[in-house]
Amino acid sequence: MIALIDYGAGNLTSVRKALAAVKAPFFVPVAPADLEGASGIVIPGVGHFAATRAITEPWRTAILASVERRTPLLGICLGLQYLFEGSDEAPDLAGLGLLAGRCQRLPPSVKVPHVGWNALSTRRRSLVLNGIRDATQVYFTHSYAAPITRAAVSTTEHGARFASAVEQDRVSGVQFHPEKSGDPGLAILRNFVALC
Amino acid sequence: MLAKRIIACLDVRDGRVVKGVQFEDLANAGDPATLARRYNAEGIDELVILDVTATLERRRALAATLRAVSAELFIPLTVGGGIQSEADAEAALDAGADKVALNSAALAEPALLTRLAARYGSQAIVVAIDAKREGERYAVFARSGQTAAAREAVEWAREAADRGAGEILLTSIDRDGTRSGFDCGLTAAVSTGVPIPVIASGGAGTFEHFHEVFTSGAADAALAASVFHFSEHAVAGLKGYLHGRGIPVRL
Repeated sequence: MIALIDYGAGNLTSVRKALAAVKAPFFVPVAPADLEGASGIVIPGVGHFAATRAITEPWRTAILASVERRTPLLGICLGLQYLFEGSDEAPDLAGLGLLAGRCQRLPPSVKVPHVGWNALSTRRRSLVLNGIRDATQVYFTHSYAAPITRAAVSTTEHGARFASAVEQDRVSGVQFHPEKSGDPGLAILRNFVALC
Repeated sequence: MLAKRIIACLDVRDGRVVKGVQFEDLANAGDPATLARRYNAEGIDELVILDVTATLERRRALAATLRAVSAELFIPLTVGGGIQSEADAEAALDAGADKVALNSAALAEPALLTRLAARYGSQAIVVAIDAKREGERYAVFARSGQTAAAREAVEWAREAADRGAGEILLTSIDRDGTRSGFDCGLTAAVSTGVPIPVIASGGAGTFEHFHEVFTSGAADAALAASVFHFSEHAVAGLKGYLHGRGIPVRL
């Protein structure tokens, strides 16, 4: 069973419905110890990076221990940003630090938040984007974005290029919302579920 | 490159689509889920459900509609029309909406935007502005265009953005229902005056109108209802037309 972490950052209804649509069994853990039996972990989340403050130390420890056990982890939107060391949106808060780098605000030369359908420019083969063609359009809504590092498996441009999907070993993340990106989005969720 | 969005609006009363629907499948013509499914298959980028119900049963019917639509469609879904309070927003989001559009309630109490944005994030908060040209200015109206709000559209849009709104849904009262084209002057004034995306609404009649609002109107998205309801494949046809004229769209 996949653990869907609910830390109060926005509404989980859409992610729940999408996981149900791809027939992925999931549960919402109520205590950090619940992660021990999880076959995979999804960290969703929208809104301000400060919302990750609700992921308290015992939860962080449990998530990192799961990653040590090679449990697949998928971060969505704010969940992707949380995989990094931190974000300029809430400089005093630490991310999980699983991926190197910090998230920064999108440039003021374009409309922010970046809302709508934009294209993935794929950089290399990955499990999370398996079968997704280059230039596939997916739905974004965010104001901060992750740097392009070795972990980036796709990039997207809005004022500047940023990492729109990342993967490093069993840790993956997507800046867009697969649960709101039609058929390609569901295919990406299925890719993750197949790892769990 | 970020695509210009094409958004279909469903006007729903007591769980049924009420405006301008002429489909061959009359048995289900008014069913929001049927219509939503059809638009999704045609490639619509987002859906807005505008709840025009005025009864106490409103919330129950709306929630059932939202659950039906969101269970099978995985594109963004916005609900507007009946969001008067934090409780209304919560009910809509819990039933499957991704965003709520606030109009009169935000004008009456702008701090409501601040609270909702803090709770759900700016991406979930759309401020709907109904505006009418008055000389060189655009006056804002509340209560479905019936009451002057004593605000100017650009100034109100800026405050809404400052308070945490993630998008503006801008309707021209002058053009709404006329099918004579979007008010590109109004749209450009607001869209270039705020840092957040602006959805143009009111007046769509032809494919050319969409091209105009994405170019001279500087719109980030365009919304229409009857222009999509009346003919089959209108969404796909519109996108093909815009693509051919160099407007970035999701194909």
